[in-house]
Amino acid sequence: MPEKIPLSLTINGIEMQLNVAPWTSLLDALRDHLGLTGTKKGCDHGQCGACTVLVDGRRINSCLTFAVMKDGTAVTTIEGLAIDGALHPLQQAFIDHDAFQCGYCTPGQICSAVGLIAEGKAKSADEIRELMSGNICRCGAYPNIVRAIQQATGQS
Amino acid sequence: MIDFRYVRANDVADAVRQIAADPEAKFIAGGTNLIDLMKRDVERPSRLIDISRLPLRSVEETADGGLRIGALVPNSDLAYHPQIAQRYPLLASAILAGASAQLRNMASTGGNILQRTRCYYFYDIATPCNKREPGSGCSAIAGLNRISAILGTSDACIATHPSDMCVALAALDATVHVAGPAGPRAIPFSDFHRLPENTPQCDNNLQPNEIVTAVELPARGFSANYTYLKIRDRLSYAFAVVSVAAALELDGDTIKEARLALGGVAHKPWRDPSSEAELRGLKADQSTFVRAANVVLRDAKGFQHNAFKIDLASRAIVRALTQAASGTPQSQSNKKIR
Repeated sequence: MPEKIPLSLTINGIEMQLNVAPWTSLLDALRDHLGLTGTKKGCDHGQCGACTVLVDGRRINSCLTFAVMKDGTAVTTIEGLAIDGALHPLQQAFIDHDAFQCGYCTPGQICSAVGLIAEGKAKSADEIRELMSGNICRCGAYPNIVRAIQQATGQS
Repeated sequence: MIDFRYVRANDVADAVRQIAADPEAKFIAGGTNLIDLMKRDVERPSRLIDISRLPLRSVEETADGGLRIGALVPNSDLAYHPQIAQRYPLLASAILAGASAQLRNMASTGGNILQRTRCYYFYDIATPCNKREPGSGCSAIAGLNRISAILGTSDACIATHPSDMCVALAALDATVHVAGPAGPRAIPFSDFHRLPENTPQCDNNLQPNEIVTAVELPARGFSANYTYLKIRDRLSYAFAVVSVAAALELDGDTIKEARLALGGVAHKPWRDPSSEAELRGLKADQSTFVRAANVVLRDAKGFQHNAFKIDLASRAIVRALTQAASGTPQSQSNKKIR
């Protein structure tokens, strides 16, 4: 059994130390080692986007990266978006536009949309749809998700 | 997933030394293909050598007016790099046609070209696959082969290379720079990936202890007349059924120079210089484009479920050359094909 590897991650602004086996995905480290279950496991193969988090401000699939590879980085999850109880504008926009049904994909959708807005490439509804295509919603809330993102980007 | 050891490389020489010391080790950078394959038990490395922190992230101008792209430049950074977007929009467009924003943020330039050529059976360890287990047989030839190749196939393998970026790199005449125990060498892009023949387990000509360090683009970028047209089963985030990278240099309506490469049809990005020769000197019109398509597809062979790809590829080539000639490249956000 390979040894566990110590690493340091700044999760939602708080530095955390943990010891994980090398095959532990960042997703499993968040959920099973740190108790942050807001990030969801959907396909576990990078196809659904439910596990989307921000690493050093960039959106990635946390299921397709090993936690040890991200030693020293800053990770933002859905739990880190609201500040002092005030919802992030995207969280509020998802509520305003009823941009979910079951809600399982929603943490990934919102983290992905935070990354999308930071990238600054989505100027139209077509571009929002294309650049959010890595996040699957099997309830089919897509029209409302696009509207929520438009509201948060001031496009509506 | 099997047990493995995790180590980091300090520099390129250290990476080469470490991989030479363990024949079962693999490099990991973005991990988007390798980790997926490890979760399926298709790849079973004894050790992962993390190269993601090596200083291979710059995009630099070369002495002859081209660009040298570090192997660790993420796909998204490359697509949005001002020099790529302006001078090589064919490459930017192809990258943005592939995967998702999250995956493009993770995947590296070197990793994209080294992703495995594959099919459903390669992923399914319960079935025979010559690529995964040489000599075990090909399940796709008489199986579900709708996504399989129509060009350059062998009795051993009919898998396709799924990269969009690589189709553009083939068309743009890129060069792959590698380093190994014997020092650095440069591999022309068309010689980098392999056809399956009798060794489908070898996707490319990178030697066991070599590492990709950079991809170089020559000066000519075809920024005025190009398109990347990707035909797929859903509009986003799906592999190509057929894709076409087309680039032209025109003198009025006469074709001075042409580039044509196809994705989704072969074990490697398919570029056929004879089809480009067919286009040179001719008027840029539909009959010329049909002639080029016929040349590219002259040896195409369909299987039970994918014979439609031959006609689809022919129409896609004609449409792509039409888009390139008219200076109206395919949008990668509004997917309506005009």
